[in-house]
Amino acid sequence: MHSQARRKFWIIASLLAPALAIYTVFMIYPLVGTLQTTFYQTDGKLQVFAGLDNYRKLFFEPLFSHQLLNALGNNFYFFFIHMLVQNPIGIALAAVLSVPTLRFKGLFRSIFFLPTMLSVVVVGFIWQLILSPLWGVSSGLLGALHLGFLFKPWLGLEGTALTTLSLMSVWQNIGIPMMLIYAALLSIPDEILDAARIDGANGWELFWGTKLPLIMPTIALTAILTFIGNFNAFDLVFATQGALGLPNFSTDILGTFMFRTFFGNNLQQGDLNLGATIAMVMFFIILVGVSIYLFVVQRRITSYQL
Amino acid sequence: MSAAKPRKRASGWSLFIYVALAAYAASAIFPVLLVVYNSIKSKKAIFGQPLSLPGPGTIDFRGYETVWEAANFPRYFLNSGIVTLGSLGLTLLFGVMAAYALTEFRFRMSRWLSLYITIGLMVPIRLGTVAILKLVMALGLMNTPTALILVYTAMNLPVTVLILSVFMNTVSQDLKNAARVDGAGEYRILFGHVIPLIRPAIATVAVFTMIPVWNDLWFPLILANSEATKTVILGAQQFVGQYFKDWNAMLAALTLSIVPTLILYLLFSRQLIAGLTRGAVK
Repeated sequence: MHSQARRKFWIIASLLAPALAIYTVFMIYPLVGTLQTTFYQTDGKLQVFAGLDNYRKLFFEPLFSHQLLNALGNNFYFFFIHMLVQNPIGIALAAVLSVPTLRFKGLFRSIFFLPTMLSVVVVGFIWQLILSPLWGVSSGLLGALHLGFLFKPWLGLEGTALTTLSLMSVWQNIGIPMMLIYAALLSIPDEILDAARIDGANGWELFWGTKLPLIMPTIALTAILTFIGNFNAFDLVFATQGALGLPNFSTDILGTFMFRTFFGNNLQQGDLNLGATIAMVMFFIILVGVSIYLFVVQRRITSYQL
Repeated sequence: MSAAKPRKRASGWSLFIYVALAAYAASAIFPVLLVVYNSIKSKKAIFGQPLSLPGPGTIDFRGYETVWEAANFPRYFLNSGIVTLGSLGLTLLFGVMAAYALTEFRFRMSRWLSLYITIGLMVPIRLGTVAILKLVMALGLMNTPTALILVYTAMNLPVTVLILSVFMNTVSQDLKNAARVDGAGEYRILFGHVIPLIRPAIATVAVFTMIPVWNDLWFPLILANSEATKTVILGAQQFVGQYFKDWNAMLAALTLSIVPTLILYLLFSRQLIAGLTRGAVK
């Protein structure tokens, strides 16, 4: 018995060791270094212990607290657009694609997932060119539909820039919920679906009554992945609007606020310690979201062994 | 969808479905195609008739000539390929092993280890950039693909373990126990029985982890910014930044970073679909 327990220990250890080693050295160790940085301030070349002073500065000095609140609000807006647009459309596309009699399935699936394969930098550039009044593609297209009066330089206006960016991001990332949910729908055994059909369920009832409850864990998973992705977002805003979240900080999110504070710009000097502090605030927000997922959502959802 | 419905209604409904799907497909692909086909037009045609396809009078490869003279895109592609495949291989192998250890065995540390790995989901790895840079320099790995491969593997392991754990929990316990009674070791059960069953999940995870690696700008910029180790995205980004007023060159550079991804994707998506359906049909 004793040797069997020891063997089990070595099996578990050997399964876990490579992943844990790389993860600890290249992820955890640098992040702990970042956390440590938040308790210090830079004085010339020296790092001086400053306790919680960086946090006090960030939350209570108007110069920073205004930017923080603005970025936080924008980030939540960015997330809500994803939840309202990206995930429902993703589920709908996955549901339609999983209908066995649908034709051109492979073609549709490949095309829908295509934007997800592109780099954020490339997507940013593509949409910037298309929406640019200089090129005139979007005004031309709207004009052809007799909707020319709707055209505005959406990325350049304070009122529309953030919504436009969010929709660009939705356009790119919709493939992720679609694919996850599609895989979950396909893994539902035929017997369960046949049983529901024999009970007289039509396609609509089959989806709402049988498939949706079975894929609930995957839907919750896509929601939390969206949350994490959105609160880590940076590249799209940086590529199209720059580190200042133009126009007039209307597209500034936590990622760009952190980057700007960390590396500095023409308005203020770079502050490594304050940048790290913003990073820790982002960490805390995501921690709250993930905790809600792990300890509330995941426990209420029934997971079926299929 | 259902055969019991009257024929007329069913075909009206499916017509609507096809129109909606086609409209969505157009919106997903048109912006990309627009950039691609405008890249081989003359400057006058790009601005004069942006929507028309290139024709005899408007074809112009000047943008590609500029790109060819000013940047080494074949080299960038090789670098991106090495980094992406290297980190994908390590992430999948180590991720599958760790997810199996955490879902299959209940041991004293398992809950804590799961939480420990979850930390990596919450913190953007970019936040640790300064420490990563110091570490990579200390290890003498600056301007090597190895540095990028290790960083990306660490970055992708948490999401890989999380998703694979969700799917591994759905694999029937009886099947694994039956294999154990037959005397199979844990590694045999993992690679012979569990992995074939969760192949759709693995294919999905592969796509998930490859995309951010291939598309990343940040770490190549900081850890591998030399001409010899530059990736496609870094190369394209720097090129577009430099040639911002030259629309021909800009569209050509963007197309160069799009088209090979598309070709790779078409090859890869067939694999992905095969994996998906094989796993689902059983």
